[in-house]
Amino acid sequence: MKFSEKWLREWVNPAIGTQELMDQITMAGLEVDGFESVAGAFTGVVVGEVRSVAPHPDADKLRVCEVSSGDGTVQVVCGAPNVREGLKAPFAVVGAVLPGDFKIKAAKLRGQPSNGMLCAESELGLSDDGAGLMELPADAPVGQDLREYLGLDDITIDVDLTPNRADCLSLRGLAREVGVLTGEPVEEPELTPVPASHDEKPAIAVDAPAACPRYLGRIVRNVDLSVATPLWMVEKLRRSGIRSIDPAVDITNYVMLELGQPLHAFDRAEIDGGIVVRMAGQDEELVLLDGQTVKLTPDTLVIADHAKPLAIAGVMGGEHSGVTEKTRDLLLEAAWFEPIAMAGKAREYGLHTDASHRFERGVDYELARSAMERATALLLEITGGEAGEIVEVVSQEHLPEAARVTLRSDRLNAVLGMSIDVARVEDILTRLGLAIVDQTGDRWTVSVPSYRPDISIEEDLIEEVGRVYGYNNLPVTEPVGSLAMRPAKEAVRPVSAVRNFFVACGYQEAITYSFVDPKVQEILDPEREGIDLANPISADLAVMRTTLWSGLVKTLEYNQKRQQPRIRLFETGLRFVKDGDGIEQRPMLAGIVTGGQLPENWANGRRDADFFDVKGELESLFSLLGVEVRFAAGQHPALHPGQTAELVLGDQRVGWLGAMHPQVQKKLDLNGTILMFELFLDSIVSGYVPNFKEFSKYPEVRRDLAIIIGNEIAFADVDRVVRNNAGDRLNALRAFDVYEGEKLGEGKRSLALSLFWQHPERTLNDDEVHEFFDRVVNALQEELGATLRS
Amino acid sequence: MENLEQLVQDGLTAVKNAESLQALDQIRVEYLGKKGVITQQAKTLGKLSAEERPAAGQKINEAKGRVEEAINARRASLEEAAIADRLARESIDVTLPGRGQDLGGLHPVTRTLQRIEQFFGNAGYTVEQGPEIEDDYHNFEALNIPGHHPARAMHDTFYFNPGTLLRTHTSPVQIRTMEAGKPPFRMICPGRVYRCDSDMTHTPMFHQVEGLLVEKDVSFADLKSTIEEFLRVYFERDLQVRFRPSYFPFTEPSAEVDIEWGREEDGSIKWLEIMGCGMVHPKVFEHCGIDAEEYRGFAFGLGVERLAMLRYGVNDLRMFFDNDLRFLRQFR
Repeated sequence: MKFSEKWLREWVNPAIGTQELMDQITMAGLEVDGFESVAGAFTGVVVGEVRSVAPHPDADKLRVCEVSSGDGTVQVVCGAPNVREGLKAPFAVVGAVLPGDFKIKAAKLRGQPSNGMLCAESELGLSDDGAGLMELPADAPVGQDLREYLGLDDITIDVDLTPNRADCLSLRGLAREVGVLTGEPVEEPELTPVPASHDEKPAIAVDAPAACPRYLGRIVRNVDLSVATPLWMVEKLRRSGIRSIDPAVDITNYVMLELGQPLHAFDRAEIDGGIVVRMAGQDEELVLLDGQTVKLTPDTLVIADHAKPLAIAGVMGGEHSGVTEKTRDLLLEAAWFEPIAMAGKAREYGLHTDASHRFERGVDYELARSAMERATALLLEITGGEAGEIVEVVSQEHLPEAARVTLRSDRLNAVLGMSIDVARVEDILTRLGLAIVDQTGDRWTVSVPSYRPDISIEEDLIEEVGRVYGYNNLPVTEPVGSLAMRPAKEAVRPVSAVRNFFVACGYQEAITYSFVDPKVQEILDPEREGIDLANPISADLAVMRTTLWSGLVKTLEYNQKRQQPRIRLFETGLRFVKDGDGIEQRPMLAGIVTGGQLPENWANGRRDADFFDVKGELESLFSLLGVEVRFAAGQHPALHPGQTAELVLGDQRVGWLGAMHPQVQKKLDLNGTILMFELFLDSIVSGYVPNFKEFSKYPEVRRDLAIIIGNEIAFADVDRVVRNNAGDRLNALRAFDVYEGEKLGEGKRSLALSLFWQHPERTLNDDEVHEFFDRVVNALQEELGATLRS
Repeated sequence: MENLEQLVQDGLTAVKNAESLQALDQIRVEYLGKKGVITQQAKTLGKLSAEERPAAGQKINEAKGRVEEAINARRASLEEAAIADRLARESIDVTLPGRGQDLGGLHPVTRTLQRIEQFFGNAGYTVEQGPEIEDDYHNFEALNIPGHHPARAMHDTFYFNPGTLLRTHTSPVQIRTMEAGKPPFRMICPGRVYRCDSDMTHTPMFHQVEGLLVEKDVSFADLKSTIEEFLRVYFERDLQVRFRPSYFPFTEPSAEVDIEWGREEDGSIKWLEIMGCGMVHPKVFEHCGIDAEEYRGFAFGLGVERLAMLRYGVNDLRMFFDNDLRFLRQFR
């Protein structure tokens, strides 16, 4: 809501400066979003009068004018198309300074002396209109300083109103609020009913009384809409951000700004029969004032005549019945539309108007008649004409009832945390227009005025008292609560431990959008159907991620395109997967790695990260978390078929690790070897609580062996066979070399193992160890076809 | 006996000239060994009278002692030189960079969230989580934002279907927590939220922390102190905080919180809107089956990116989600 400070001060004029006024408004909950001068900074501009206009001898588009500035007449060369004899316009005299520090000097234009400048609105910072000179009324006093004449030492204040304070969408409401805050009296404009001077009454039928409990119509005949709207009104509208259109529209807008009641003026001649307020028929069409044709839906309230819809109620009028300069008779409408019936209607048609904004939030349901009288009086004053009688159709049962709300003193004090003086509470309530209708003991029952529909429960009154008392005057006390300890599972590690682990491993944490590019996701996770947004912000953020990889590969691409060859990223967050009729939202942990395993320097060499680097990091993570996750060969559409591991915990697959499939990589236009992993975060953070076991004090015995096995045999198989045959004294098994080479022959590799045995109660003797060792070797030979390497 | 002194002098010269421990050992054998030239002098003692023998014996011992001492001293100095030589050979350029992995870093949003969780955790708040794909009821209805409410227009909601949406705030977790438990409650909910809005100052996803405290006796004054303390702890400054009446459908009274953020030209405080808060609306309690006459509560919500921007001087919100390594690496 924008308004001029001067206009507000016509209503209520506290003895405080502009800044303090704005501060008070802000601190009352009507946040001042900004303010700006209503005109540019200029001096030396007066009301000028063009006395004569003659052609310029050397320029077709220029005129040589005599301009009176109050003290004498000077010659001015002017190029404006609307310059004419008798015109009154702003005149910048020699010595004037216009916005932008533009100094007016005596000059010659194409050889003709020019002493000053006639101004357009744009040149004075009043509007963007620079098409011609600003035309001042004929009665403007020549020579008067323009700032003084137009009252330009004023600002437009913009308050950002919360949706509950619809009552402040008018000067009257704002003034009321300032009155409450400052204790200053509020001057209401005189609202005297305009007596009927003819007996034509509009026929009004309200078929939808729930949506329109109150509808007033009045016919005003013989108006002259060719007259100019008075400058004072044009200026007030301009300072509220509304452009002047014609006197009828300007007056309805003015009354809306002044009192808060949206009004509409129809051209009486275009109304077939009378007014019918009804729900629209399916696909009924209406051409709106802005020129667009809309197809109406049956839940839209319309103002119609006996043949067709005329307007979307409370939103916008139709073009056909709109007023023009030729309109002679008006039908003036003032109504109260039910806010819930109005909610979202404008938006459905892609509209948002000053009227819809107010009706949706709730207009004072008792305001329509006085607003209509005010508009009629202004119409008669400005456009002439004769007013008829007001026809009012009311459905009392559908109108809100004046709410009665009780405030308990102890509740007030408990919520605000302090005891507020009873007299002070009563004063605040009364000033807010909340008439105290009953006071018993420590409780007040108030009657809520029709302009404050937002007040309906005790808490609303508590807020009002706190607000006017001043939130910052309320005390500050520390909350008191129970100090009971909460259980915390030691075996469950916080996600922060996981994050810190990856940070220590050189990973940078990323946070990517939860909605991703469906094309990328289709490549990475083709087997799962994503959940589409109905209204995505863009086509490449249109589907919820089924894997965190969808965001991470985009981040990788982004950074590769910015000369980052070494990238290590991880992310935690939900993935979204259809689960029958429901949606599974599961926390994941994912990472992506490319480039050197270590930062390149003299000592680290420049080896790129490979599968086993990342696997080693994940193994460390699992050991940190205390979970035994196995890596088994697997297949995933996004991963290299020969470098993919399924991560298995118990009998559940909890994730994937692998190198990106070269074809996937090509489709995504990514460089280098890329390793990716993704895990169910909730599956791996639950480990165990350590449980001490006695350890052996006797020496450990180590035996090494090297075997040659077929490539198709996994280390995991070797590991299993060794463990099954090495006896229970085996402490550890380690692979310390893996070798493939021509010497071994096609499809073979050599594996060197160290085995460690230890007895808890004594030293193992050589014979025992030999026996274990031989058993292992025999089993490897028999079960896996291994040969011992000499 | 006459040449004893000469033998000592020869020995001392040899020791002095010895260039290695090995050479020194040879000299020791040559002079002081069993067959060493000085040791051998003892044989001459037999020719002496019983009276002369002790004095002569002592002289020989003295001579041995002098050479022994010289050898020891020379050995020490040769050993020292050997160590010095080894140390010199083993010297490295300690200014060369170290070997191994460098450190990654947490995203600034996570870093900020962790601080916030720590502050509230210290004050006994639990950290709660909730779904990001929410139903209309928890995101709006239960928070006293019915279908027709104008506040819905402020939310720019992403929908999947008319009843299912991406949560527009972390407030639904309030509802879920209260539905699932019994008062009192002291919890925060950090998380991702979504609004269908994207420009210089809006990203379609961002993070909020919702806070809720429900006790039998809690007031707006308690809320004020909680927020003030949090902001001062967060910014590590004794900054001024002000509470401005505002409107949220799920709190009443409601307030916006501004912090002091620099000064205007005229010296007055420049205020910056930082978060919203209020006393839990009775309708919200009603939806969660809590008796609003018995319990009261306060709730607050803050934007994490905004706090991170102010704290770390980040000037473009969108950078948080570009994940440019040159940006991320600045938050270790």
